[in-house]
Amino acid sequence: MSEAAGLDAAWIDAALAAARPRAVAALLRHFRNLDIAEEAVQEACLRALANWPKNGPPRDPAAWLVFVGRNVAIDHTRRQKRLAPLPPEEVLSDLDDAETDIAGKLDDADYRDDILRLLFVCCHPELPATQQIALALRIVSGLSVQQIARAFLVGEAAMEQRITRAKARIARADVPFEAPGPVERAERLAAVAAMVYLVFNEGYSVNRDTADARSRLADEAIRLGRLLLRLYPAEPEIMGLLALMLLGHARSPARFDGDGAIVLLEAQDRRLWNGAMIAEGLALIDKAMRHRRPGPYQVQAAISALHARATRPEDTDWAEIDLLYTALERMAPSPVVTLNRAVAVARLRGAAAALAMIEPLADRLDRYFHFHGLRGALLSELGRPAEAAEAFCRAIALANTPAEAQHIRAHLDRLQAAAGTDGGPGLAAGDLSD
Amino acid sequence: MLYALLCYHREDVVGCWSKAEEDAVMARLAVVHETLARQGRLGPVARLLPTTAATTLRKDSDPPMVLDGPFAETKEQLLGFYLVECASLDEAIEAARDLARANPGGAYEIRPVERFRPDSRPGAAAGEEPA
Repeated sequence: MSEAAGLDAAWIDAALAAARPRAVAALLRHFRNLDIAEEAVQEACLRALANWPKNGPPRDPAAWLVFVGRNVAIDHTRRQKRLAPLPPEEVLSDLDDAETDIAGKLDDADYRDDILRLLFVCCHPELPATQQIALALRIVSGLSVQQIARAFLVGEAAMEQRITRAKARIARADVPFEAPGPVERAERLAAVAAMVYLVFNEGYSVNRDTADARSRLADEAIRLGRLLLRLYPAEPEIMGLLALMLLGHARSPARFDGDGAIVLLEAQDRRLWNGAMIAEGLALIDKAMRHRRPGPYQVQAAISALHARATRPEDTDWAEIDLLYTALERMAPSPVVTLNRAVAVARLRGAAAALAMIEPLADRLDRYFHFHGLRGALLSELGRPAEAAEAFCRAIALANTPAEAQHIRAHLDRLQAAAGTDGGPGLAAGDLSD
Repeated sequence: MLYALLCYHREDVVGCWSKAEEDAVMARLAVVHETLARQGRLGPVARLLPTTAATTLRKDSDPPMVLDGPFAETKEQLLGFYLVECASLDEAIEAARDLARANPGGAYEIRPVERFRPDSRPGAAAGEEPA
């Protein structure tokens, strides 16, 4: 489309975004300092914006960024030491040889470990989750502080401070620069996968007004998932993670109605789901299953796939969903997983069975919005409106967003409206993931 | 003579296109598709899912080996392709194995199709053998 001069800005943006993780990762290995690596790539990107439209795109944009970024950083250090600067890259007649040389050194094994290290640095266990996410978005994805602040619904200054603090913490910590052994590599990969899923969940908006800014985070998480899978093509849990994110994100166009109210999975217009993302998610699960090494991401993706495969809500295979949640309870026991399974149980064996299942979770999930929402729905289905209303009120008090509160309030209203007539409202909570 | 135009691009770059960029490219391509279709020259068109969704059957070993990921060697050249309807990846691998028995050596990359536009040449209705 744009091999000749006159590269369009969109092409350059996309090429820089795609090349960025590899470039930052290689420079981090070279300089062993996150700040220097990040600034070097930043400066190299600025030079690319000036240079590429004139001279045409480099064969390997990442290698170009690494080469120029490295010179920039060395030049900067020399200037600080008052030494003679290196020639700027405009003076170098042809970057091709040097680029090829660098590209050769960026061989796949190094590149894999470089990227994994870069991502792993961002999910240092000392960093709270929000700092991990902010750091990954800033450094790996290259989002601006303003974009990240908007997605987190905080001010730019606060976000800047959060990122600075995270970086300072990492600078003090030991970053392992040796190539990791197989066990350590697997551990890093698991930590990085968890961090990528955090980014995705942060992008999962429960409020239409912020949906666009947050959707960007989900896109970035999916991009990071693809990057990981390209590096580790035979890891079924990475396939599962990417599938899980794709299938979840595919539904986002249907999650709010015209008024910004939450639309539950069951009521969503399935024609609005993104077919390409669903196709990709289903293909990835198929791939993962062949390995017969199930894990939590694969199981959650498989549950999501059962929803995606149902053309109509009534076609949903609740029995299989129940089985998958049971498997998930064994792999990663959590009261929230049990709560999710209760939704399937309500469909299969009725509200009483589901209620009996969730009552023992009351202590642990007392502060959890979805627990009270589902409990209220089950109670109202069982014709116990007073207790249902109490549960709904509790849910409203715990709602994370106005849209969530509004959603439950609508159930409460219907409950009260139905008080005179017979027949209560239907089940309020669909699959809790939506 | 039928010509196959095989599309190559950096998928990490295409993956970084914004929605607006993607839509703009698709709209520009649609114009070309329509022109070729009106002239009765456009055969089937497919957009493939990313290589992360690919599986490869290496048939230079006996039995052939199934590997995750795209075909990554540069020694071999692309010589042809099949479009096969399959209910699952396992079915697709089975089809590839059948072909491999008939023609060992090399590899089949098995890649799901994201979007498909059927043959729009006159007389090339579904099920008919293309000329």
